[in-house]
Amino acid sequence: MFNFYLLLLILLISFIFFYFGYRQAHILKTLQNQKLHSLSHYYGLYVLLSSLLPSLGLYFVLTICDDVVFAYMIKTYIPLDVLNSKDYNFNIVLAQIKNSVDGLIFGAPPQWVSDTAEIWKTWVFKSNIVTFILCFITSIISGYFGFLKINSKFRSRNAVERIIMTLLAISSVIAILTTIAIIFSVIFESIRFFVLIPFDEFLFGTVWNPQFEGAERAGSGQEGLSQYGAVPLFAGTFLISFIALSVSIPIGLFSAIYLSEYATSKERAIFKPLLEILAGIPTVVYGFFAALTVAPFLRSSGSFFGLDVASESALAAGLVMGIMIIPFISSLSDDVINAVPQSLRDAGYGLGSTKNETVLKIVLPAALPGVVASIILAVSRAVGETMIVVMAAGLAANLTANPLEAVTTVTSQIVTILVGDQEFESAKTLSAFALALTLIIITLGMNFYALHIVKKYKEQYD
Amino acid sequence: MTNKLINPTRASEIVKNSIAKRRAKDNRLKLYGRIAIGFAVCFLIFLFSSIFIKGYPGFFQYYVTLDINFDRERIDPQGDLSDNSLFNGEASKIVNEALFTIIDPKGRKAKKQAKKMVSSGKDVRLTNLVKSNPNLFGTISSVKFALDDDIDSFLRGYIKRETPESERRISDQIIKFVDKLDKEGRISYEFSDYILNGSASGNPEMAGIKGAFFGSILTLSVCLLIAFPLGVATAVYLEEVAKKNKITELIEVNINNLAAVPSVVFGIMGLAIFISIFGMPRSIPLVGGMVLALMTLPTIIISSRAAIRAVPPSVRDAAYGIGASKLQVIFHHVIPLAMPGMLTGTIIGMAQALGETAPLLMIGMVAFIVDVPNSVMDPGTVLPVQIFMWADFAERMFIQKTSAAIIILLGFLISMNAFAIYLRKKLERRW
Repeated sequence: MFNFYLLLLILLISFIFFYFGYRQAHILKTLQNQKLHSLSHYYGLYVLLSSLLPSLGLYFVLTICDDVVFAYMIKTYIPLDVLNSKDYNFNIVLAQIKNSVDGLIFGAPPQWVSDTAEIWKTWVFKSNIVTFILCFITSIISGYFGFLKINSKFRSRNAVERIIMTLLAISSVIAILTTIAIIFSVIFESIRFFVLIPFDEFLFGTVWNPQFEGAERAGSGQEGLSQYGAVPLFAGTFLISFIALSVSIPIGLFSAIYLSEYATSKERAIFKPLLEILAGIPTVVYGFFAALTVAPFLRSSGSFFGLDVASESALAAGLVMGIMIIPFISSLSDDVINAVPQSLRDAGYGLGSTKNETVLKIVLPAALPGVVASIILAVSRAVGETMIVVMAAGLAANLTANPLEAVTTVTSQIVTILVGDQEFESAKTLSAFALALTLIIITLGMNFYALHIVKKYKEQYD
Repeated sequence: MTNKLINPTRASEIVKNSIAKRRAKDNRLKLYGRIAIGFAVCFLIFLFSSIFIKGYPGFFQYYVTLDINFDRERIDPQGDLSDNSLFNGEASKIVNEALFTIIDPKGRKAKKQAKKMVSSGKDVRLTNLVKSNPNLFGTISSVKFALDDDIDSFLRGYIKRETPESERRISDQIIKFVDKLDKEGRISYEFSDYILNGSASGNPEMAGIKGAFFGSILTLSVCLLIAFPLGVATAVYLEEVAKKNKITELIEVNINNLAAVPSVVFGIMGLAIFISIFGMPRSIPLVGGMVLALMTLPTIIISSRAAIRAVPPSVRDAAYGIGASKLQVIFHHVIPLAMPGMLTGTIIGMAQALGETAPLLMIGMVAFIVDVPNSVMDPGTVLPVQIFMWADFAERMFIQKTSAAIIILLGFLISMNAFAIYLRKKLERRW
């Protein structure tokens, strides 16, 4: 709540400054008959921005920094016997203290935890006061300096426009920052994982059996109970994607050909949006449908033919995922096929070919790069899809090519490992980041490849 | 040319003979296209109808009507209607007694079983009733209570009478009690109080979507407040301000790549950056909204850029011609004219965010939270995650509730998309 009121106050002060700036410019104009460079409200805006931006920036810096500083400062308050104990881990201690600060107390924490939590609380209180005073003073002083600048020679519009242009440029950098954040968030943990587990064991090992370290110790005391061979996960991902694509490529391509070449404009107007609804349905709904309707149906029809279908089978997940990605193929391919110039078709008809021959021998080859790109994008979609496989494909890391068995995928392992209680620093938690890294590399690689194909083989007809 | 020219009559004969075959081929391709579309549409219809058929009963549940003696002494011993006083009262005992007078259980074991027939939310329901209407004290009035989920499933026919008792979730004794209640006309099938007003609960008869619904609203608001200004600003910068150079190109490539990153990766980023490094709490709508905002940003940027590009240059030239500065051109002319397209893209992005599950699982919005979140800093969950959690529960009644929640979620998504289409149709201008 404190943060909310502080932000409100900063905003309020800046609006008051807007009024003063506006009035000052107005007074100069009307009463003193000076010729100002800009319209009055630009002076107001300038004063508003000069009050708002520094204090807002200061606020964010302070709020982000204080936790880091506290975490550094709290180290001196941790008792020596805890510091020197064998299984001392600063992150866990910090989490304990923070939970105690937030009032989340599990069982009876040791005395020193509640003591340090009390110290922490006083720091939070002090830092709130300091933040409040600093932001308040900054907003007033910087606003006042902005106000002092108002005179007939000051070009406030240009100044305001410069500030806004800078803000626009900064916001466009967010996209780059997000990419950097994504890469950094997985790369460090992945490196730590590969220090524990050799790279080739991860990439070529055929047994995936992650265990928490606690479980390992509780076991018979064997070393290396966990195994991190990701081949079964890659195989499972590949199997499910393959099933999905063998559903979606024929349906998507035939629909695209029909919609762009055969359908009347009325049919097109109805069926194209209908197909696109498939892409708008949340994946959790598909997952629910796959697990509760498709999987039991496959199981009972399998037993009718004497086949043993697992209750969580790759087939169920793959089929439903295939339906989900139909629109990715059909819509994109439809656009590309439509973009093939009419003159090519007319030339085909002129030579006496039927529509079928024109489509298959002239239009499709011309549209091929785009169609291939749409298929690659669909593959990357299938590889990255999470909820359907979490809900319908199971968690058993079987290395199998049989679609009737349960398999697991990269994404569903990431979810299972990272949801719920985690043990930081354990190889199991870190393995999720290594999996995420491979996932990013695969999907981004496919995306680049798709763009490359489109660029390289694009025909210029005009 | 190695092959000889065929004479024209022979050629036309060949064409004539093959024409039927070629036509048939043509018709076959057309047929395949129709089959493909038909299959997709049939699946869509099948999906919707299957969820609707499963979910429609989820909005209803079985209630039992009991005559409750509103004895103030016993419900509200301190007589001040405070939570503490009501908590110390004997609300659930009174409900049990009212039940016992009808079914008349013999022996301790039968009584113990009978107590479980009415949902465990009975005391809360009773205390809420007297809180909202203290005039009830001193009267004997009939009140409806939800039945336990096993009895609900029995009444719906999912638990069969014919199954041997040892394999059934409810005993013969309870079936006898239910028959008795039914004979007296005490059991009714009505619109559920809980599906819309209840929150997360381990008891399926009391579970509802209220908490998840407000969690979704808070998360989406954060997402909108971050993604819309950022997305529009980026689009304006890239289309109107930036010079075409390496940095702009890098930003463009970046945006396209972000659109292709699997959503679960955004969740991992949220976990690693917002929660681990910035030290924000888990499970809060603020972090959820921030993650979803970064995820929907590419969608909004791409559609906003398309909308800005569609504004004809003549509009800009006219504005420049009468002396407007670059920013005035952008803010007074380009953005207002491109706004319908930008809004459409934003709504589609928000619909995408509303249905997203995986990244929110990563940042811990999967926790079991009973309270309805009041601010973006309160732990909460969202509709799709609630659906995911319910889908995992074993109780039969949760299947109906899950499907009901899916119907609500799909309802929101469809209306958002419909609104986007309406907006596009209504405000779109052709230049």
